[in-house]
Amino acid sequence: MNWFSWLSTFFSAPDRQHGPDSIVHRVGEHLLLSGEALGLAVLLAVPLGLLLGYTGRAAGLVTALTGAARALPTLGLVTLAVLVAGVGDSAVLVPLVALAAPVLLVAACEGVRSTDPDLRDAARGIGLTHPQVLRQVCVPWALPALLAGLRTAAVQVIATATVAAYVGLGGLGRYVVDGLATRDFPQTFGGALLVVLLAVATQLLFALLNRFALPAGLRRSRG
Amino acid sequence: MGDEPLVRWHWLATHTDYLRGLLLDHAVIALLPVLIALAGAVPLGLVCARFPRLYQPLAAVFNVVYALPALAVFVVLIPYTGLATQATVMIPLTCYALAVLLPTTVDGLRAVPEPVRQAATALGYGPWRRLAAVELPAAVPYLVAGLRVAAVSSISLASVGALVGRGGLGYLFIDGFQRTFPTPIIAGIVLTAALALATDAVLLLARRVLAPWARREAVAGR
Repeated sequence: MNWFSWLSTFFSAPDRQHGPDSIVHRVGEHLLLSGEALGLAVLLAVPLGLLLGYTGRAAGLVTALTGAARALPTLGLVTLAVLVAGVGDSAVLVPLVALAAPVLLVAACEGVRSTDPDLRDAARGIGLTHPQVLRQVCVPWALPALLAGLRTAAVQVIATATVAAYVGLGGLGRYVVDGLATRDFPQTFGGALLVVLLAVATQLLFALLNRFALPAGLRRSRG
Repeated sequence: MGDEPLVRWHWLATHTDYLRGLLLDHAVIALLPVLIALAGAVPLGLVCARFPRLYQPLAAVFNVVYALPALAVFVVLIPYTGLATQATVMIPLTCYALAVLLPTTVDGLRAVPEPVRQAATALGYGPWRRLAAVELPAAVPYLVAGLRVAAVSSISLASVGALVGRGGLGYLFIDGFQRTFPTPIIAGIVLTAALALATDAVLLLARRVLAPWARREAVAGR
């Protein structure tokens, strides 16, 4: 297995240093596409999840929906979206958002629902309105769950954005797909390694975020 | 796409054998890894429940494994297992399933209340009999919750294997995309979702038989 030499072939190629096929450019494309999808999913799913969690309505429906969404194969959704809507970021954004939104919806919903009922009662008792209780008590309580959901969603989106290269979009998947198509294993292999590194870096970033985002009061009581 | 309809029923009607073959291949590629992972997760979970110090680093490793993009892992394995072989797709899927099942197994084994454990000991149960009669049954709802997540993700991930030449129903996506022909893609999506739902139904049935008390207790999965 000469994959050390493959990697050096891949990383030392002049195309990797500058131009549209450079590593920096591909990582940028990958992060932009993933970020757009994640941002859209957050805008769609988090407010709805918080609201559903607070009112306690439709929790069963939310869980069922997530299970069903998980069963959808993204490669199928991506190829279908491109056939129907044409090549472009927006066609691939739909499946990526569909992948991330249910995870965030459940995280927000369950996070708020798990708020200590005594805390909610106490907040109501000292005269907070429902929106205030949601914002000042439930959302901070739900923050760790939300962050965990955001991490799962981010990692899944970054992994799946790789597949988007198959339908002609940029990002790190380009190396993998192009390399496979031309039997250029150094390229495929190097691209795969970069995706893995990006996914691990995302995990670490969220682990750090988790450490700092927890409200001080909760940090004490939850250990 | 021109005037190509979204679904050509005629194509579906003339390709049922082809679709059935791919569905079967998909079921094997996606679900055999889950079974292998289950066989590994139970003993490993037992060891981890006894030695929490071992569990923490192991859980951290599997957390990272779970985050690895499937396509990338398939590609990295190709030099060892070959292009378009079942092993290239099944080895990573086994690891993903194990990453889901190990924490749920450990949670399940830990969920036995201490008084129950002591009661079993007081009744004269040795460690093995207690394990078989008390601890493992108590873990069943957790295991099923983990299996549901693992099986469904495995089924939807397996189709990515088509990009490295072995993805069961995933091949329909490649085929349809290359020919700008949406019918196979839609058939692939529907069959994948149907396989996932059928597997889920079987698992729920298994839980009802093996752990009838757990019917209304929701166990949080991942």
